This record gives sequence, structure tokens and C-alpha cells, in this order.
Amino acid sequence: MRYLPKSEADREVMLREIGAKSIDVLFAGIPAEYRLERDLDIPRQYAESEIVEFFRQRAANSAQGFATFLGAGAYSHYRPVVIDSLISRGEFFTAYTPYQPEIAQGTLQSIFEFQSMICELTGMDVANASMYDGSTGAAEALMMAARITGRNKAAVASTVHPEYREVITTYTRYQGMPISTFGYAKNGRVDLDTLDMAIDDDTAGVLIQSPNFFGTIEDVAALADIVHSKGALLIVSIAEAVSLGIVKAPAEADIVSMEAQSFGVPLGFGGPYCGVIATHEKFVRQMPGRLVGEARDRNGKRGFVLTLSTREQHIRREKATSNICTNQGLMALMCGIFMAIYGREGLKDLASHNLAKAHYAGEQFKKSGATVLFEGAPHFNEFVVQTKTDPYAINDKLLGQKIIGGFPLKKFYPELNNASLWCCTETTTRASIDAAAKEVAL
Amino acid sequence: MNPNEKIRKVSTHISQNEGLIFEKSSPGKKAYKLPPLDVPAVDPTELLGGQVREDLGEMPEVSEIEIIRHYTRLSTWNYAVDHGMYPLGSCTMKYNARVNEYVARLMGLAEAHPYQPERISQGALRILQMLSEQLIEITGMDAITLQPAAGAHGELTGILMVRAYLESRGNPRKKILIPDSAHGTNPATAAMSGYTVENLKSNSAGMVDLASLEAQVNEEVAALMLTNPNTLGIFEQEIHKIADILHAKGALMYMDGANMNALVGKVRPGDFGADVMHLNLHKTFSTPHGGGGPGSGPVACKKILEPFLPAPVVIEKADGTLGFDYNRPKSIGRVRMFYGNFGMHVRALAYIMANGPDGLRQTTEDAVLNANYIRKKLEGVYDLPYSTPTMHEVVFSDRLQTPQGVKTGDVAKRLIDYGFHPYTVSFPLVVHGAMMIEPTESESKEELDQFIDAMKAIAEEAEQNPELIVEAPRNTRISRLDEVAAARKPVLRWKSQREVESKVGG
Repeated sequence: MRYLPKSEADREVMLREIGAKSIDVLFAGIPAEYRLERDLDIPRQYAESEIVEFFRQRAANSAQGFATFLGAGAYSHYRPVVIDSLISRGEFFTAYTPYQPEIAQGTLQSIFEFQSMICELTGMDVANASMYDGSTGAAEALMMAARITGRNKAAVASTVHPEYREVITTYTRYQGMPISTFGYAKNGRVDLDTLDMAIDDDTAGVLIQSPNFFGTIEDVAALADIVHSKGALLIVSIAEAVSLGIVKAPAEADIVSMEAQSFGVPLGFGGPYCGVIATHEKFVRQMPGRLVGEARDRNGKRGFVLTLSTREQHIRREKATSNICTNQGLMALMCGIFMAIYGREGLKDLASHNLAKAHYAGEQFKKSGATVLFEGAPHFNEFVVQTKTDPYAINDKLLGQKIIGGFPLKKFYPELNNASLWCCTETTTRASIDAAAKEVAL
Repeated sequence: MNPNEKIRKVSTHISQNEGLIFEKSSPGKKAYKLPPLDVPAVDPTELLGGQVREDLGEMPEVSEIEIIRHYTRLSTWNYAVDHGMYPLGSCTMKYNARVNEYVARLMGLAEAHPYQPERISQGALRILQMLSEQLIEITGMDAITLQPAAGAHGELTGILMVRAYLESRGNPRKKILIPDSAHGTNPATAAMSGYTVENLKSNSAGMVDLASLEAQVNEEVAALMLTNPNTLGIFEQEIHKIADILHAKGALMYMDGANMNALVGKVRPGDFGADVMHLNLHKTFSTPHGGGGPGSGPVACKKILEPFLPAPVVIEKADGTLGFDYNRPKSIGRVRMFYGNFGMHVRALAYIMANGPDGLRQTTEDAVLNANYIRKKLEGVYDLPYSTPTMHEVVFSDRLQTPQGVKTGDVAKRLIDYGFHPYTVSFPLVVHGAMMIEPTESESKEELDQFIDAMKAIAEEAEQNPELIVEAPRNTRISRLDEVAAARKPVLRWKSQREVESKVGG
């Protein structure tokens, strides 16, 4: 086996040194009746060339070369080549969690920079070193709100990504945390009347998403006033990180839970992605996940360490703020590099291209006779289109042109009938928008 | 004698200094270029009104070459598997094959959108199906989910499935039993699943104490979370009796598969009584640790638990194509959006294909051989608290060194000077001053001999020159950092006004 660095002679010498007659001696602790005396029933050993060929065929059979209008929590942005070139350095991707800071300063400093950039963009004081993704981050943010306020309930907007809401249900089921849901108004934003009804004296956290699942940008400041007047915390979930280049930071929120996939992480059929939780300094001790902080060595030199780990499972065990251990470290590095590449001006330029493409698409769709819903509030790069025809039929026609159409909303929002959610990023071409506009008219 | 004379594996070399990315920023520098906009430009203020963002504060402005140098310089400050042996116990730091990275980046896989129609996603679905089938065969289980994103996430999934199963039989029960040698994630997971934790003592051989188990298992116990081999590297020889005791009282056996690298191809948890378990693809199946993640924690289970698996699951449809089945009325629900860390599934499948049945078995044998070789060579040099045979890892203690004022953490730091990443320090908690060593199969005899020599040299230093050790590491860019001060007044982000102050020390 080509990954194993030992000859048969090495093995024999080592067994002799150990004083074992054969390798079986070392497995004698396994009761005989359970030992597997046959080969595993899996395919034979493949050569590297065969492995590459196998996956090339699978890749060719996975929508390779299609233009897409899908967003809905996973966004198709251009990934600068520099990202993979840097994260492919073995020093980054074959390293472990930086528990030994003297030989992990590369990882530690890059995470510190990631945390700092997330803070700049979200208007928060502290950000952690990553969560699994936006869905588990949102669930853990609600549990964090319960620890901070000492209250037990949560309220979640129906315009939070439906799969995030499913994860929240799973996570909170045995936390003694009842969840109430509030709806959306005609303009696609949070419906203030149902919000009011969803909060009571025992509500710890209120979760909204902005831009929400329909692409609508919420008025975070106004919502924060309402939520704070009831003594609850406002948690803002962000699924489309590029929006932060042009949309006001949700600085009035108490906790921001973000999915940073848009910052240079490949779509990859849904993962790995990069969740992150950010908050105010006063709440840091209730945060889940790892944190990197600045430290000084014995000579006063600046370095970085994992810190405040008394919140975490390896110290606090069942009293920890979360059971999370392994996070999405390499994805956070990708996001950090992406943020450094675009930076202060580039993120703004990138976001305005997204805004322009989505605006153009909306106008073209309307000209073709489709209805764009929720026009009463601003959008970023997604919008909802109501069509006369079933959206699956429209998408079937587009597939013939190697275009993947919008996400039909019927599954999660039956009241929206034929509506579907369309996303345009900087990678969407005018030609594919024009082609799609022709089909949505039908 | 020059204290560095015995350090043969490494030499010190110059490494570049590098500040924070923010400290290189100045207005007008750029590392990006967007193509010309092919649709009319828009006025963001007009479209977004009061929600428009005016500026991005202190986000960096740097050029591409500066980014390349910045991260390349940082990377050279890291130790990695690519440098050498990384003997962290229970972490399984094995070689990360390059072909895995290559195939995970193939365009159709890397750019597949999770919501693209199933009929044009057959390639990706096939990968999920094949990996599922092969992991089921490897574990001897009946069903699996690939959704969990990491080991601890898998634990949560598995324990929620146990809870749902017991609930369906009328009583979810109250407690999870956890041995004193367990990882911290186990009790934290039990708490998140709404259970209280009851500790289970080990016996003098380092295994589950059957009498204690018998006494503690009753109708309040939902499950035992058991790592096997446990964190001492010891296979629980009476594993089936453990399962029988649990099953007799209606409780289940959850197996933490963190140490599965000791078992693949030699014995299957499904055969010895485990009801549900997670695997760490980033340990046993070689997906890279990435400096902390991403991982992947599939959960395999017996038939009785299958209805409770998270939705969706991959199925073969009537027309022979693959698709997702969301209609799972008894499911615990989703634990993550979409289908899990697919990029890790691709890599794990490529690893299994590269090995085949013979390669996986040889891998396990080599991992166990390496650990036993280290055990034999270092026994007596360091205290071995348990004489029970061990498998893929071995746990020593610092008992022989503490009289000289040298503790496990100090020996670990001195190993850095010798060119090795330290072992796992002070874990498992059942061993005072633990040194937990897992070499994996990826180390040659030469690398192991160098490690053994380094450990012996450090033991000698502990006798003759303990200051060398308590001051270690001496040859790194930075010396030991003041973690206590860092936690007392945490500085968790860069701020521009502190720039001057920071530069003084850097």
C-alpha cells in the first residue's frame, strides 16, 4: 500500500523488538469470536490513475458547466486562484488544532485576523474561530441567548432559511426551549404584529435573517428596538456574507450568526462551509466555539493562543457552552484570504455588481410578464418571482440550455404557489439572465 | 555538553517576520479585478435607501503579492503532518493523500450546488451512496447518515437517535453513563441531548468495571457512551458483556469511534454489540485536519435505530436513479443544512479506494505495530500506568520525572525543540500527568526511532538538566506564551488604535 512507509523487513524487525511472534499477538485483546477473519467486502485497491478517472466521471455527472440562478443559502461566487494555492500548503491543511502555540502561530494568527475582519464587517466586538455552518451557528446562538438572559424561550422568523429552522428544532428540542415563529409582511420583511405576539417575558432570543430567505434586507435597527424593549436579545443570521459589502452592518444586534461560505468557499454540494458567531464583548464568556487571543511570550514578543477555553467541553465537560470541538478551521482560512483579497474597496465593488445583476434580472423578468414579489423593501442579490407556470416546468426548459433556474419555494412556503427564489451574483451573465427572462414569461 | 547535540532531526533556520494583515494595509492597494459590468450600473443608495453601507471600516487594502507572502510566511510558523510525526493521542494525525485533494477540487464536484436538480447530480449522489455502503461494511452496522459535520456533531446525532428510539418505546430515560477516561465531548453531548451524566469508574486494568456497570445500569440509563479502544488504547475485552448488561436493562451502547483506526478491517463494532456509533473521517479516513477543521462525523447504526436517522437519506428510486428521501416521519430532524461536509466524503471515499480491503487491514496493523514499538522502547524510561496490552496508542505518565520538577507539559514543549509535535498532554484524566502517544501507520521505523531517541534524551535531561526542559521550547520563534494573562484580559481582535502599542512588542 503506497501510503505505508514500511517494508516487510521493517515490520519483522519491529515485531522482534516488541517480542511478538506475529502481528496477531498485538490483536489478542480482541475476543476471538469478534475478529474479522475475512476481507472487508469493499472494492479492491485502486491505482491513483483509476481514482482520478472514477471521480472525473462522477464530476462529469454533477451538473458540470451549468450556469445557475440558485442561491438559497449557498452562493456561487468567483473564487480567486490565490485561495486554493495558499490553503494547499501542507503547513496549513495538514496541521491540527493549534493547541501548541509555539508551533502553530501561522494558524493562530490567521484565525485572529479572520475574527478581526468578521468583527469589522458585522459591527461586533468578538467573533469566534468558526462553527460548523450557518444552521448550527444559529441554533447555538439561541442557546447562548438563553444562557445570557436566564430566559427559556426563543422566537424565530419564518423568513430564516427553512433548513436552519429545522436544525434549530433538532438542537433545542431537549433544551427546554419552546420556539415560536413569526411571519412576514407584504414587503417580505418581518411582520411586526406577529413578532409582537411571538415574544413574551420568557423570550431569550429573537432570530431573524438579513438579507432574509427571500433576499429582503430587514430593518435591523428597528427590530432591535422592539426586541430590546421586551428584554430579549436580537440574533441576526446572515447567509449571504457578500451582502456585508453594501448593506449596513447589523451593529444593533446582540449576536450575529453568519454563514461565510460566500467568502471563497466552494459550493461543494453543500459543504464544508464556514459558520461563525460574533457578539459584544460583555457576552463573550457565553460564546460557544474556539477563540484566539493575543498573548506575550517570555520575552514580551507578540503571539496568539487559544483562549477562554474554560467555556469549552475539554475543560468544562457537561457544563460547557457547547459540545463543539473540531470546527471549520481551513474554511475560516479560505474566508480570511478572500476578505484580504477584496478588502475595504473590493467587497463594496463586488457587492455592487451582485446588486446590479439582481436588479437587472428583476427588471427583465418583469418586462417578460412575471411578477416580482416583495418589492416594498430593498433586496440584495436574491428576489422572489411569481410565475403563471409551475417553476419546475420552467426550470426543465432552462436545463436544456444548461441553465439551472431559481429555487421553487412551494416546498417550504406552500402559500407562495408558483413563486421561486432567484439569485444573481457577479458570475451571472447578462446572456443567461436574458435567456431565463424569456422562459419565466410563460 | 551542548544541550542541542542530541537534537538530530532539526536545525534552526531563518523564518520571516510578519505583522498582521491590517498592518500592511494602505489606501488604494488592490488584490482584485472585477470584469466589466455587463448590465447597467445601479446606485446602491437609491436601491437600498437607509440600509446602504457607507464604508467598510478597517478592512485591509493589500496587493496580491503581499497576500501570498503574508500567508506563506504564516504557514512556515506551523508544524504539520507534512513535516513529520504528529503523535497526538486520539487525534490520528495520519498522512493526507494528495489525490484526495485533487479529486475533491474537480469542477463538477467542487461547484455542485446543493439544490441543483437530483437528476443532474447523480455523480455526487453516487459518491454519497458508495461511501455510505462502504462505511456500513467497515463498521458492521445496518444504516448510516453522513450529515454530521464533526465527531462531536455525530455524538449529538447518535444520542438524539437513542433518545428518539427510547421515546418511541415510551420512556426516553434520564441518564447517560460515561467512563472516566472519556473525551470531554461525550458529557457535553449528553447535556445537549437533555440527559444527565453519570460517571463510570475504570478498573485497575483500565477497562470498564463490570461490577460497577452492573450496579449502575437501571431503567433510568439511556445509553453508555464508550470509546473502544478507550483513550488508554485498551480494547474493552469484555465488550459483549458490557453490551449484554446494557441491553438486558433496555439501554443502548453508543460507541465513540474516535479510535477506529485501531479496528478497521480487524473487527467491526456492529459485530461486538454497538448499537450506534460515529466515525471521524478526519481521523480514521485521512481527511485533513485543516488546523482545526473541517471534519466529518458520519453516524452508523443498527436496524432498530434506522427510522430515527436525520433526513434526508440517499435512496435509489424506482427508475434506478439516486435521490434524497425527505419523508422520514420518525427522524430526529436535521442536524445540519444540506447533506454534510461533502468535500470530506469525497476525500474519505478516495482514501478507502486507494487502500482496498488489504490496504485498510495493513494500515490498522501498522498503526498498532507502531504504537507497541514505542511502548516497548519507552517502557521504564517513562512510567507506564497500565500494563494491559494496548493497541494504536499508548499512555505514559510523568511520574518518574516529577521529582525533578518536570511535568508532562514540559516534556511536550521540549519535544518541540527535538523537531516533533508533542503528544496529547494531561489526557486521559484517569492518568495523572498523562502523555498520550498515537503514532498512526504513517510513520517509518526511522521516524519512530528518532522520536524514541528524543524521548529518551529528554528523560536524561530531566535527570541532569531539568531547567532545559522547563524553559523549553528554546528554538522556536516565540517562547512559551502567557496564557493566563491572555485569558484575564482577552484581546480577541485587532483594533487600529492599538496599532502603535502592538508594534512595540512585535
